[in-house]
Amino acid sequence: MKKLSQLEIGKKAIIKEFTDLEMSVKLMEMGCLPGEEIRVERVAPLGDPIAVNVSGYMLSLRKQEASTIILQ
Amino acid sequence: MKAEIRVALVGNPNTGKSTLFNLLTGLNQKIGNFPGVTVDKKTGYCNLPDNRRAQIIDLPGTYSLYPKSRDESIVFSVLADRDSELNPDLIVVILDASNLKRNLLLYTQVADLKIPVIVALNMMDVANKEGITIDVNGLSKKLGVPVMPISARRNEGIDELKKQISYANQFALQQDTIDIKALAPQLIDSIGEEMQVDNPYYALQLAHQHETLKFLSPDESSRIEELELQHSFHSQKAQATETIARYNYINDLLYDTVTKKATAHEENTSNRIDKVLTHRVFGFVIFFAILLFMFQAIFSWSEYPMALIEQLFIWAQEGVHKLLPAGPLTDLLADGVIAGLSGVLVFIPQIAILFAFISILEDTGYMARVTFMMDKIMRKVGLNGKSVVPLIGGFACAVPSIMSTRTIENWKDRMITIMVTPLITCSARLPVYTLLIALVVPNRNVWWVFNLQGLALTAMYLLSLVSAIVVAWVMKHILKARERGYFIMELPVYRMPRWNNVLLTMFDRAKTFVLEAGKVIIAVSVILWVLASYGPGDRFNQIEKKYNQPQYGQKMKPSEIEHAIASEKLESSYAGYLGHAIEPAIRPLGFDWKIGIALVTSFAAREVFVGTMATIYSVDGNADEIQTVKEKMGNARNANTGQPAFTLAVALSLMMFYAFAMQCASTVAVVYRETKDWRWPFVQFVYMTVLAYLASFITYQLLK
Repeated sequence: MKKLSQLEIGKKAIIKEFTDLEMSVKLMEMGCLPGEEIRVERVAPLGDPIAVNVSGYMLSLRKQEASTIILQ
Repeated sequence: MKAEIRVALVGNPNTGKSTLFNLLTGLNQKIGNFPGVTVDKKTGYCNLPDNRRAQIIDLPGTYSLYPKSRDESIVFSVLADRDSELNPDLIVVILDASNLKRNLLLYTQVADLKIPVIVALNMMDVANKEGITIDVNGLSKKLGVPVMPISARRNEGIDELKKQISYANQFALQQDTIDIKALAPQLIDSIGEEMQVDNPYYALQLAHQHETLKFLSPDESSRIEELELQHSFHSQKAQATETIARYNYINDLLYDTVTKKATAHEENTSNRIDKVLTHRVFGFVIFFAILLFMFQAIFSWSEYPMALIEQLFIWAQEGVHKLLPAGPLTDLLADGVIAGLSGVLVFIPQIAILFAFISILEDTGYMARVTFMMDKIMRKVGLNGKSVVPLIGGFACAVPSIMSTRTIENWKDRMITIMVTPLITCSARLPVYTLLIALVVPNRNVWWVFNLQGLALTAMYLLSLVSAIVVAWVMKHILKARERGYFIMELPVYRMPRWNNVLLTMFDRAKTFVLEAGKVIIAVSVILWVLASYGPGDRFNQIEKKYNQPQYGQKMKPSEIEHAIASEKLESSYAGYLGHAIEPAIRPLGFDWKIGIALVTSFAAREVFVGTMATIYSVDGNADEIQTVKEKMGNARNANTGQPAFTLAVALSLMMFYAFAMQCASTVAVVYRETKDWRWPFVQFVYMTVLAYLASFITYQLLK
C-alpha cells in the first residue's frame, strides 16, 4: 500500500483511494480523484509541503494530507 | 443607479474573474461589505448593447459551493438568498480553458441551482499553447447554455459576452448534470416540503450549510437539523458521493469536446521558473531580496510625495489661520482637524506602494510560492503558510493586513495571525522611531558601511518579527483548535501582472485606509486638541494674567512669553492632569508626565506621538516640524530629576513601549469586525500593553 507522501519526485502514479473522509472531500474537489494520474513535481525547500501535478494543474499539499492518498 | 438585470460573476480563484469584472464595469465600481459579514463586496455597472444597465457582482473566487473559508461562504448565500437585493437574475461562470476539468465542478454545482447561466471560457490562448483543443459549440450543446470564448487579459470577446448577457432568458436552460435526488432521496423531498423549495439541489445545499446561512431563521435551521437526523444524513459522505458523481459527468462531457495532444511531459515555463524561485537556497535568498527591495522602495519612493502632502497641509493650516478670524473654532479646524487629517493622508504613499507590491506578488503567482516555501516554518510557530501575506502587509499597516487573513481557512491559524500581526513594525511606528533614534543614536558609521542609526532601525524591525513569532508560538499552545489544520492550495502558473488591477488595488486600499483609519485619527486629534486647550476651573486665565505682569515683559521676549504661557497652560489642561495622573505608573519606565500625555494620546494612533510632542514642547511654526521637535526634546529636562528628559535609556524604553503596545484604535476596531467577539481585541490589547510595560521597564532599569 503506497501513499502519495512516499512517491519520489518526478514519479507518477494513479490515485486508488483515501484513508480519511474529511480530507478526501477537500482533495476530490481540487481534482484528486480515484483513477486520476498524479505526479510529484517538487518538494518545498524545507521538505514539506509538496507540489503535485494533477488534473492538469499544480497543487500543493502537506505531506500529512498526501499520506491520506493511497496509490494503485 | 437602477439596473434592469443583476449578474453575478462566479469562478475558481486565478481564472481572471476580477480582470473580467474590471473590463465589464471599468472604474464604475464600488467596494462595500456583504450584509452582516466583512467580506469585500465588489459591485459595478455595465451598459449592455441594448441600452439596458446591468449590475455586476463579483463573488469571491471558490473551487466549490461548499465553503472552506469565510470569503467562500458568501458565494452560496448570495446565490441562494432569494430575498437578498443581490440575488442574481443571471450567473456568468468563468472557466479557465486550460484547466477545464477542475473548473467545471463549480459550474455543475451552480448550474443545478437552476438560475440562468452563461459560461465565459477564459484563457483560450493558454489552452491552445498547451495543445488543448476545445469544441466550444459541442460543449455549449451538451451543457445547454451559451459558451463564450474570451480573453480577459487581451480584452477579447467582451462585447460578445455583453451581447449574450443582454439576450439572457429568465428561464434556466441548462441541462441537468447529475441525479441529485439519488444523493439523499427522502431528505431532499422533506426539506423541499418544509422550506417550500422545488429545486432539489437547493434543498440539499440547505441540508449541508444550514448552520452557517444567515438568511435562515434559527427555527428553520433547527427543523432542517431534525430532518437530517430523521433521515440519518451524513454531510461528508454525501459530499464525497456528489463530487465523484460530478466528476464522472464532467469526464463524459469532456470526452468528445476536449482533446489534448499527447505530448511527452515537457518542461513548461512555470516549471522552469519554479526551479529557481523555490530552490532550496536561492528560493529564500530571492524572497529576502524582494522583501528588502520592497521596504527600500516603500521608504525611498514615498519620501517626496509624503513631503509634498505635509507641505500641502502646512499651507492649509496657515491659510486657515490667516483667512479665518482668530478664535477657538479656527484653532480647532487648523490645529485639530487639518493637523489630524495630515497625519492620516501622509501615509497614503507608503500604503499605496506596499499594496502595489503585494498585488504584483499575488498577481504573478509568486505569493503562492512564498506560502509554499514558508508553510513549514510558519506551522512550527502555530501559523500557516498563508499567514505570510498579512505579516508582510503588517509592515505597512495592520488594518488591511488583518482584513486579508480571511483567506486562511483554519480558524486557529487565522486567530493567531490576527493576534500577532499588530506586533509587526507598521508605518505608523516609523515616525516615532526615526525621531527617537535621531535624538539618541549618533549618526556615524560602523565598519564603514553600516550607519548606526540605520542599524538601530533595522533592529527594531527584526525585534518586531521575532516578537510576533514568539507570541504566535505561545498562543499555539494556549488556543484549542476547532478543526484539523490542513494546507491544500493551487500553485497558479506564473503570469505577468495586470497593471490595471495593480492600480485599482492601490487605489482601493488607500481609500479603505483613509476612510477606516481616518475617522479615528481625526476624532482623536480633535479630542486631544480639546483636552490640551482647555483645563478645569480658572487656571488658564490666571496663567494669562501672570504673564501679563510687566516684570515678564522686561525679562523675556514676547515669543518666549508665548511659549511659557503655552507650556504652563498645557500642564494645567485636562491633558496635563491626565499625564500627571499616570505619572506614578510610568516613572519606573523613565517617563515623565509630558511623555505620559503622548503615551495616552498614542493609544488612538501611534503617529499621534510626534504631533503631541510638538504640541507639548510648544513648537512654533510647522515648517520642518520633526527637526524642531527633535531639538526641543533634546533640550528638555525631566521635571523630577533635572537630567535631560531624553537619555538613551528613556528613548530606548519609549521605543520598546511603542514596539509592543497596541496603540491603534483602528486595529482594535478591525479585529472586532473580523472576529465578531470583543474578547479578541480585549485580550490582544491587554497582552500587548503588558508586554510593552515589561519591555520598557527592563530596558530602562538596565540602561539608566
